[in-house]
Amino acid sequence: MPEIVMREAIKMGLEEALENDPNVLILGEDIGAYGGAYAVTDGFLKKFGPERIKDTPISEATFIGTGIGAASAGLRPIIELMSISFSLVGFDQIVNMAANLRYMSGGQIHVPMVIRAPTGAGVQLAATHSQSVETWLAEVPGLYCVCPSNPKDALGLLRTSIKSNNPVIFAEPALLYGLKGDVPEDYYEIPLGSASVSKEGKDITLLSYGAGMSVINDTEKILSSKNISAEIIDLRSLNPIDYKTIGKSIKKTNHLLALDTARKNGGIMGEVVSNIQEDFNDWLDGPIIRVGAKDVPWPYNKNLEGAAYPSAENIVNTILEKLIKV
Amino acid sequence: MATLKQEKNNKTSKLTQVVDEKKEMLDLYKQMFLIRQFELACGENYTKGNIRGFLHLYIGQEATAVGSISCLNDQDYIVTHYRDHGHALARGLDVNRSMAELFGKASGLSKGKGGSMHLFDAGKKFMGGHAIVGGQFPLATGLALACQYKKTGGIVVCFFGDGSTNQGTYHETLNLASVWKLPILFILENNKYGMGSSIDRVRAGGEDFYTGANTYDIPAAQVDGMDVLAEKEATKIAVDKVRQNGGPFYLECKTFRFVGHSLADGQKYRKTDEIKEWEKKDPLTKFPEWILSAGIAKKTDLEKIHQEVNKNIEDAVNFAETSLEPKSSELYEDIYKID
Repeated sequence: MPEIVMREAIKMGLEEALENDPNVLILGEDIGAYGGAYAVTDGFLKKFGPERIKDTPISEATFIGTGIGAASAGLRPIIELMSISFSLVGFDQIVNMAANLRYMSGGQIHVPMVIRAPTGAGVQLAATHSQSVETWLAEVPGLYCVCPSNPKDALGLLRTSIKSNNPVIFAEPALLYGLKGDVPEDYYEIPLGSASVSKEGKDITLLSYGAGMSVINDTEKILSSKNISAEIIDLRSLNPIDYKTIGKSIKKTNHLLALDTARKNGGIMGEVVSNIQEDFNDWLDGPIIRVGAKDVPWPYNKNLEGAAYPSAENIVNTILEKLIKV
Repeated sequence: MATLKQEKNNKTSKLTQVVDEKKEMLDLYKQMFLIRQFELACGENYTKGNIRGFLHLYIGQEATAVGSISCLNDQDYIVTHYRDHGHALARGLDVNRSMAELFGKASGLSKGKGGSMHLFDAGKKFMGGHAIVGGQFPLATGLALACQYKKTGGIVVCFFGDGSTNQGTYHETLNLASVWKLPILFILENNKYGMGSSIDRVRAGGEDFYTGANTYDIPAAQVDGMDVLAEKEATKIAVDKVRQNGGPFYLECKTFRFVGHSLADGQKYRKTDEIKEWEKKDPLTKFPEWILSAGIAKKTDLEKIHQEVNKNIEDAVNFAETSLEPKSSELYEDIYKID
């Protein structure tokens, strides 16, 4: 199993799709001649030509909508946004148009389109470039919404997303483009809507997604040193949400901590734990703990940004204080 | 930049000589009459409570949709705004299923899930009425990109109102369509009012819009949208240009709605005199008068059309009334296409 970084895994998935399906094309700002803001599409223009690697003007609403129109006419466009915060400029097209077209047309139209976008804080880009807008988009019926935390999941989810007949929000944690991980050589796909248990344990379930998984992994290490055995679940998909996998884990550990690296207020974990509370309350031996980023605009300053971002140490302290006495 | 009126004057032929076939003239009239009667029936059924939500009628603007859409082929796409009944009927969407959609019935075009503002018939490449003002522009560029990429020979007609020209997507889309040379015919239905706001209160740049297309290097023209033959001729020239050149064309149609923005509109923002002045140009009066005076058809031909259309409308209302409500299971259908 070769080890590659996240950026390469995504690039591999895109390249494969472009090679295998002539209806796939990529639209976005500076994805061609420049090679992409995060260099994911570097070299594509030369390899696939300007008809398929389409540099767009800085008009997010219009090039997102162009993807929707092209998809509804039988193409499989992939839209790259430089930041998921830029989706706000094209929010009408994503929410009113991409998500609703099928329903409003009584099933006559479908929109096989992927919107890829770097998401999240931690790279000192301040308030307009650090938000985790996937948590807003995850609410919208008609959209799928996924966010990988490692190269293997990134490739597997991207394959499924591109093949999907529906619009998929593919959020890429900006912090993780350089993260290394093993990627199987044999072809595989990861179904949309499937969480993964990345480590088994028995005392508590730690749940997060995307960049939050790094924090969760650190949390698990500290807990382990205190002889607390944590099970780790990577949500991977924010819509639909795999409650089956989460529920199964809770039946085993009887404790849940859910982490958002997005702002806690309105984060996806609020939705998740509310449903878990309703359906698995009898299996819980203590309160569900939610941790998220502070409810503030993301600051530029490194220390301030760090203070707003959840840390493994704080999570461990909260767990020890509220849930598991050692 | 020459207006179409100027282009037309340069030609030796006059309008009446351009198209003189009786059938064609009667077809145009029949379609306009169908739209007018459909809209009147909609208004009536809105009052009765059979149609709910927002209802925007196309009364007064019939010549624009009928004249322009008559120039399109089966492979061409149409997207439009929420005042979409006229375009839908001119494109040949089923009258019964259109009415049933407005009644919210299972037999409606969108199974009762879209309503008046969101009529669709993908089989006829009628890709929607769109109810977010200006939302349809990017969709049009995408459809045009697909036509260009797949080399289908099809073009996209994007209808929009003057109110949408202050949205960012309008300017962005004109720019992108020109840069990528997309096969789009932009058809502005300038009825002088965006809801209750007249152009002079919300727009810098005067009452003509087509001159602005020059900014985006898009050829443009203006036509009397109340004159179905002028509309048809102008669109034909425009469509030919788009097909031949591949790039976009911009056609501004001067038109007017004789009724309020929606059924909820008391029209406090405009004077009755203005409406009366425009009603003198009513295509449903002027065009049949011309047909008769030019000796193209007889009064009995028109009466026959009236009878046929009135029967169609009566049947459509009956069809809609007697159609079933959607099943409750439909709530969860058509959100996702199965992968």
